[in-house]
Amino acid sequence: MVAPFGRRTVQITRSDTVGAYRVLHAADPEGPAPVAGQFAMLQSVERWGGGEDERPYLPRAFSYARFAGGEAQFLLEDVGPGTNRLDELTVGDEMWLLGPLGVGFSAPADGRRALLVGGGVGIAPLVIWQDTLLEQGTQALALLGFRDRARAQAAELLRDARVASDDGSVGHHGLVLDLLQRELDQDAHAVVYACGPAAMLEAVRAECERRKLPAQLALESGMACGFGACFGCVVPSRDGYLRVCVDGPVIDAARLERVDQHAGASP
Amino acid sequence: MSVSFCGLDLRHRVINGSGTFDAIAAQRVFGDELYERFPFTAFVSKTITLAPREGNPPPRLWEAQAGLINSIGLPNKGLDRYLSEDLPQLAKLGVPLFTNVMGSTAQELSRLVEACAQFTQITAIELNVSCPNVKTGLDIGADPAQLQKLLSTLRPLTSKPLIVKLTPNASDVPACAQAAESAGADAVSLINTLRASALDPRRAPRASARWLGGGSGGLSGAAIRPVALAQVAAVTERVEIPVIGMGGVQTSRHAQDLIDVGATLVAVGTESFRDPTAAARIALDLDK
Repeated sequence: MVAPFGRRTVQITRSDTVGAYRVLHAADPEGPAPVAGQFAMLQSVERWGGGEDERPYLPRAFSYARFAGGEAQFLLEDVGPGTNRLDELTVGDEMWLLGPLGVGFSAPADGRRALLVGGGVGIAPLVIWQDTLLEQGTQALALLGFRDRARAQAAELLRDARVASDDGSVGHHGLVLDLLQRELDQDAHAVVYACGPAAMLEAVRAECERRKLPAQLALESGMACGFGACFGCVVPSRDGYLRVCVDGPVIDAARLERVDQHAGASP
Repeated sequence: MSVSFCGLDLRHRVINGSGTFDAIAAQRVFGDELYERFPFTAFVSKTITLAPREGNPPPRLWEAQAGLINSIGLPNKGLDRYLSEDLPQLAKLGVPLFTNVMGSTAQELSRLVEACAQFTQITAIELNVSCPNVKTGLDIGADPAQLQKLLSTLRPLTSKPLIVKLTPNASDVPACAQAAESAGADAVSLINTLRASALDPRRAPRASARWLGGGSGGLSGAAIRPVALAQVAAVTERVEIPVIGMGGVQTSRHAQDLIDVGATLVAVGTESFRDPTAAARIALDLDK
């Protein structure tokens, strides 16, 4: 999906607390509907800057978690100056939005089922992807890992998700990789779609490589622009560096070597 | 209001800083609307080198106080593929094209300038002289005598305008501008990014906990605006050739400040990351 050239103003219509996270709803009547896996660059119109360390300065990249009826939804966790500012926006406040950007997911071929593997706030693009797949009549089982119970509450954004938690407070006590292995042992005729922290993505990538399974990974990287201008968001691949913003964020796992060797946003 | 620059008649005064806008990638992202509403009155390519470069290992970015430190490392396809693959696409933009080149020796730069001189699609050549000299460790453009010698070698190779992108990491920037002018440069542009570094707060030992994969990088954005104004003002006082001013320009007022101290054109860089049509907004507001 091609993006309109230029950022546009969108108004916050809802801001819901979901456990440790927030779902921000923004009216975007002019915005083209994104493909699942695409993202937008967001910044508040007022007071983007002047926070801790005189930040934030650059817009922040967020996967679309949902888009319906001219309204976009984004999932965020307050972890730094950018997400902190977006977290405090209330109904009626305005954001600049540039998007939809990047390459999204593509549907499974030859009758494979979809296994959606998410970690933490990285479950965002899997929400809209599961919606899309179920509408198309494709099986899409969600396997989600979280640090604790407060974060795991976001599993309610997906249908029939199986959950793992690091502290054992909810679901399987352990890694989401354990849930994936169990599923693949039972039925390996699948495509894996994953988004989450670098260590989780790398474990999923290595597991799929070992089993020779197709996988699509939605990557994250510190990003200044979102449209290929800054060359800052690169990830190493078998064909040299790829820009996460224009070559991804969804990249076929077969093109990637390790995915935990590049870093996310500045802390 | 049109403006004259090196014999060109430009629609307005705002261009891009080299390496801050990839028009080919942007066309894929934004479609033909990019051409219809192209924000810059001339387009400056990213830095092209003789051989391909893959750039620095990530992380390449650090958000600083009201600014950005980048350590990208000039990734590019190399001269041959730039000329055969990128140039035909950039020619479609419909604005004059300035090709920015960098070499670590006079011989390398000569080959780059000679090659660019043969292509009618290239209007002007901008020389990135912020490359460190292998022997001294200083930027090759930081020493006026060395810069003058370099320009004397390159000047006879082309009749196209030669723009020298001065390094701000020099003890006497106006002297460098004067040296470039005396050896036949048609214009100078400044400021490039200021050398900068950041430590990863989560790593030890602290002294070697560099965040950027390239070790250090260059600072841009609002944080450097007053430095840019001072350096542009100092340079315009010393040279007659036109000056392209840049550094933290986000609004028409910032652009006007640079024009008021003598800049002919103004370049927008980091602000395009925050707002890809910023240059069009600034150009429009300048006209009001």
